[in-house]
Amino acid sequence: MGHVQKVIGSFAEAIADIPDGATIAFGGFAGPGTPYNLTKALLAQGAKRLVCIANTTGGAHVPRMPDLGMLVENGQVAKVICAFTAATRPTDVLPFTKYYESGEVEAELVPQGTLAERLRAAGAGIPAFYTPTAVGTELAEGRETRVIQGREYLLEYALPCDYAFIRAWRADTAGNLQFRLAQRNFCPVMAMAAKTVVVEVEEEILPAGALDPDQIHTAGIFVQRLVQIPPAPEGLWTTRRQERTT
Amino acid sequence: MSGRESGPLQPSAPGGAPAIGPQGWDRQQMADRLAQEFQDGWIVNLGVGIPTLCSNTDIGNRDIIYHAENGVIGYGPVLPAGQEDLHLVNAGGQNVSLNPGAAIIHHADSFAIIRSGRIDVTVMGAYEVSAGGDFANWKIGGAKGGGIGGAMDLAACAKRVFIILEHNTRKGAPRLLRDCALPVTARGVVTLVATNLGLFAPSGEGFAVRELAPGISFEQAQAATGAPLLPS
Repeated sequence: MGHVQKVIGSFAEAIADIPDGATIAFGGFAGPGTPYNLTKALLAQGAKRLVCIANTTGGAHVPRMPDLGMLVENGQVAKVICAFTAATRPTDVLPFTKYYESGEVEAELVPQGTLAERLRAAGAGIPAFYTPTAVGTELAEGRETRVIQGREYLLEYALPCDYAFIRAWRADTAGNLQFRLAQRNFCPVMAMAAKTVVVEVEEEILPAGALDPDQIHTAGIFVQRLVQIPPAPEGLWTTRRQERTT
Repeated sequence: MSGRESGPLQPSAPGGAPAIGPQGWDRQQMADRLAQEFQDGWIVNLGVGIPTLCSNTDIGNRDIIYHAENGVIGYGPVLPAGQEDLHLVNAGGQNVSLNPGAAIIHHADSFAIIRSGRIDVTVMGAYEVSAGGDFANWKIGGAKGGGIGGAMDLAACAKRVFIILEHNTRKGAPRLLRDCALPVTARGVVTLVATNLGLFAPSGEGFAVRELAPGISFEQAQAATGAPLLPS
């Protein structure tokens, strides 16, 4: 009844329309919430000159799963916007580094809290905000600052995206989402920031009304496309399959 | 202390191999000494690397809430393979447990907690600390990229910033300096530094010696430091 069909049969179909030059945010933090299946589909889809937003460029973990670094290696990325453009351990070299140092790919390095808030602001109709983070550092050089009540703040702009790829635990056909534990991370703010939000869902997608409205982490209003992750090996799972409770 | 290993990230960045010269404390002892400063009821954020070892320290009945930047509040010990929940990681990607009273929030709310000054202490690793309380931990010399993560938000906004690092580089160069040579993470924020040689407090002109590790003399510590040490 008036419901837009949000459930889509395959990852390929769910991302088929992504044009060259699109800005895409990728959820996930150290594994949980990372949209491995959608990223794999994007590698096959082949859109180019992408601007990719994520916590890291990936590639530091073993075994390696589809990540931003692979899109870079596949020649699909013009620019990344990340909190890490190098590994935490200086001895680890990210696959991305070579492309960045050669000038093939651009990067904007953003403190993690600023990244999250820029996404949230984009989804909240806030064009910019002041934050104390990064004041007095190389990142603030030449940029607008302002002293408010005696403390110096740096102006940061909202970060709107064309698409967000995220992973959720449960969803209903209205697009309402629940995340499990650390899976939540950036996913809700990326869903707010993007015009088109594509979600890979771990548990069976439920009929609208099956999820308790009081227990929704991201409202369906923010979500356009849902794809059920198939069982391995067709679907990519780093997490153990959850016991179905419904 | 439990003697529990903190997982694969434990021997990580800034720090490297043990320094040349007198050794003093090992990494767990450095973390233990700093963790003794935690007060009952504090909300504590531990950075990856040596700081994670603070959660191994037995600090008696003091109630500490460990905050991870990915929105996991109130996490507990790292769980061994087979017992872990793969949906649950701390900021270092370790599969942790949850303590009673834990809560999960999203990234923007997690950093709202940080930015609004609710973190009592953040403990981080670093490459360098200055006498003025600046520190550097996101970019190495000559690199084009960097790894900021949540460090700049935490450094600018936590009530206290404690640093744990080896006193010297692998080549023996001091890491406690008059001024940082590397790009800083934040300025004038560090109040306490634990190294293998002791516990130090940036004082402006130098570092006040709060405590020396067993077997370490003031002269040895001074010789290993790139700024004046001040007797406490």
